[in-house]
Amino acid sequence: MALQETDLGDLPLFAPTKKVYPQSVSGPYRRAKWLILGLCLGVYYLLPFLRWERGPNLPNQAVLADLANARFYFFFIEIWPQEVYYFTGLLIMAAFVLFLMNAVAGRVWCGYLCPQTVWTDLFLAVERFFEGDRRERIKLDEGPWTVSKAWRKSAKHFVWLMIAWWTGGAWVLYFADAPTLVRDLATFQASTTAYAFIAILTFTTYALAGIMREQVCNYMCPWPRIQAALTDDEALNVTYRYDRGDPRVSVKQAERLRKEGQPAGDCVDCRQCVAVCPTGIDIRDGAQLDCIQCGLCIDACDNVMEKISRPKGLIGYDTDDNVKRRIAGETPVYNPLRLRTMIYAALILVVGGAMVWQLATRRTVELSVLHDRSPLFVRLSDGSIRNAYTIRILNKRPDERPVALTVHGLPGIRIEAVGVAATADLRPVVSVAPDSSREVRVLVTLPPDVHPDKTQTITFTAADLFAGEMVTATDHFIAP
Amino acid sequence: MAQHQDHHEVDAHTGVSTTGHEWDGIRELNTPLPRWWLGIFYATIVWSVGYWVVYPAWPLITGATKGVIGYASRIEIAKDLALLQQHRATQSSGLAEASLEQIKADPSLFRIAMAQGKAAFGDNCAACHGVGGGGSKGYPNLNDDDWLWGGTLAEIHQTLQNGVRVAGNADSRISQMPAFGKDGVLKPAEIRAVANHVRELAGLPTEQGADLVKGRELFATNCAACHGDAGKGNKELGAPNLSDAISLYGMDMASLTETITNSRAGVMPAWGQRLDPTTVKALTIYVHSLGGGQ
Repeated sequence: MALQETDLGDLPLFAPTKKVYPQSVSGPYRRAKWLILGLCLGVYYLLPFLRWERGPNLPNQAVLADLANARFYFFFIEIWPQEVYYFTGLLIMAAFVLFLMNAVAGRVWCGYLCPQTVWTDLFLAVERFFEGDRRERIKLDEGPWTVSKAWRKSAKHFVWLMIAWWTGGAWVLYFADAPTLVRDLATFQASTTAYAFIAILTFTTYALAGIMREQVCNYMCPWPRIQAALTDDEALNVTYRYDRGDPRVSVKQAERLRKEGQPAGDCVDCRQCVAVCPTGIDIRDGAQLDCIQCGLCIDACDNVMEKISRPKGLIGYDTDDNVKRRIAGETPVYNPLRLRTMIYAALILVVGGAMVWQLATRRTVELSVLHDRSPLFVRLSDGSIRNAYTIRILNKRPDERPVALTVHGLPGIRIEAVGVAATADLRPVVSVAPDSSREVRVLVTLPPDVHPDKTQTITFTAADLFAGEMVTATDHFIAP
Repeated sequence: MAQHQDHHEVDAHTGVSTTGHEWDGIRELNTPLPRWWLGIFYATIVWSVGYWVVYPAWPLITGATKGVIGYASRIEIAKDLALLQQHRATQSSGLAEASLEQIKADPSLFRIAMAQGKAAFGDNCAACHGVGGGGSKGYPNLNDDDWLWGGTLAEIHQTLQNGVRVAGNADSRISQMPAFGKDGVLKPAEIRAVANHVRELAGLPTEQGADLVKGRELFATNCAACHGDAGKGNKELGAPNLSDAISLYGMDMASLTETITNSRAGVMPAWGQRLDPTTVKALTIYVHSLGGGQ
């Protein structure tokens, strides 16, 4: 490779940011992006207002993170703090879905679904509305300050701030009853925390989507680095087909060359793909970290190809393998069902299946038993041996439930709960308040004529007297 | 090997100049960081200078600079502690006003009493009675159903408040068993006979050649006044039940001989003199709930 020597002096360590002025474009990928943008933002802004009837003592918001009461509600699912492993499961699934997306079609997450992309797209649309398209914006920025420029700039920033403010506002609505909170916010009666979070998210949305834009992807986001390790030769990526495009010549020159039977590429070097790129790169340089795979250059290039009557697809979603195949004169193929994609899909199914199974068999009453450590056992005056336990009973239902306790595993074994009355059949019945847990001290006594080995396993059963739901837990009975 | 060259080159493939650093033939491209990045770095330096001034930061020989806002973690702790004490006082006022029975019946008061009682037990009682009140030889097990002075809330409270054998406290619990051997009331052979009779009362095997008839006679004369004819004990006098499966000092011959010869005189402080009334109440509730409460 040829190297040219240069002067030491012209190498800066820090450089001013080059502002990117993405040009508007139309085409199928742009349409897909608008559609996904509408869908994602629609869900984000409106979901807190969706109601879900849960009964008298529970909130009626479909999606709610009730931090004060440590409950998470997601439609018919209610999650307690000790069940946060559901979130772990969701995070694992999310990771595998990202891996799968990456193996099938590269960084489609970045180009279409990432919040940074979605909000930046929205902010760019606002910018275009007030300041015009690429050329007009460049001219406006380079030109002197006029009334028109000041008006356009301030209107843009005002609308940006309004969107950013409402983004923060929607965020806090997920943590409290939305209609009530909206009223409280409007009448300045909401908590300082709510206002602080709105302020923080207003600032981050405005700064990230309005000002930093592609720099978030290039400098702050770890995903481009991770995805570089996940992609392979068979993953689809936005690709400039240089075997078809090069050598780049003008339309007239290409006609002339083709007549003479000489090689001429389809790329006319119009730089439309560069003009529309939201990260300001030239896709013709090949796969690169800054490329978010949004496909807008594909739309731009296809529009040009149509005008100059050349086949579309000079830039397209393609695999590295196919690039090699075309150079070798073979037919390009794409196979989404590969070992890698199938393993990812299988892992998603396994984790998802485990979560669904866990959710389906989830109990609304739970029991945990803890044996007293000091003393391990007590001898009573009649010679009986007694062990004490701390039992916690969880009632996840919105009504009060009486729960009867029994114990099995040794002959003649008896159970009593301190401060709790027993039923006629000697089962202590513990009343547990709605949506809460109760701790009781439980004494288990073995009659004097039974002489067990040092340690025996016994089983505690908690039976809900109303619904008949039953849970068990095992622990040890310790004797001298 | 890393090499450094003074001259820089432009990489023809990317058109980007290199830093002049080369590692085994791999050259590093010069990709400048954005200027705002540098700006943030400078901003953090400015911020840290402000921090030095505002918060305690510079170490001096005997301390550190105070900082202009006078922040100190000790002041914050003192505030937190004051808040905690205030919070506790509000909670304890409920305990102070309610009777023991009321506390036991009210779930929220009961919970507070249990928490306070457990903490106070750990601080004051666990040294002798064990962390869970399991006791040991000479220190009663508070989990079982055998009580020297009674196991109702009122009786436990009385014992806690006034202690056992506390000099100068008229309400203190006092049991007075004579030292039959030391005081010359019984001879060693008689003590052996009484000890064997006590084992008989508890349903334990007696020694070979023990004079059980004499033992019974001596017990009736010397011991039955307090322990009863059948050795069932008397809570009024703090006389333990000798016929059950539990004993405070041991039921083997050596322990029994020692007890009869020299007597036993366990002491518990009068906690009413050391702890505030609310804490004694909370302790009563806690001890009662250990499993022996009547």
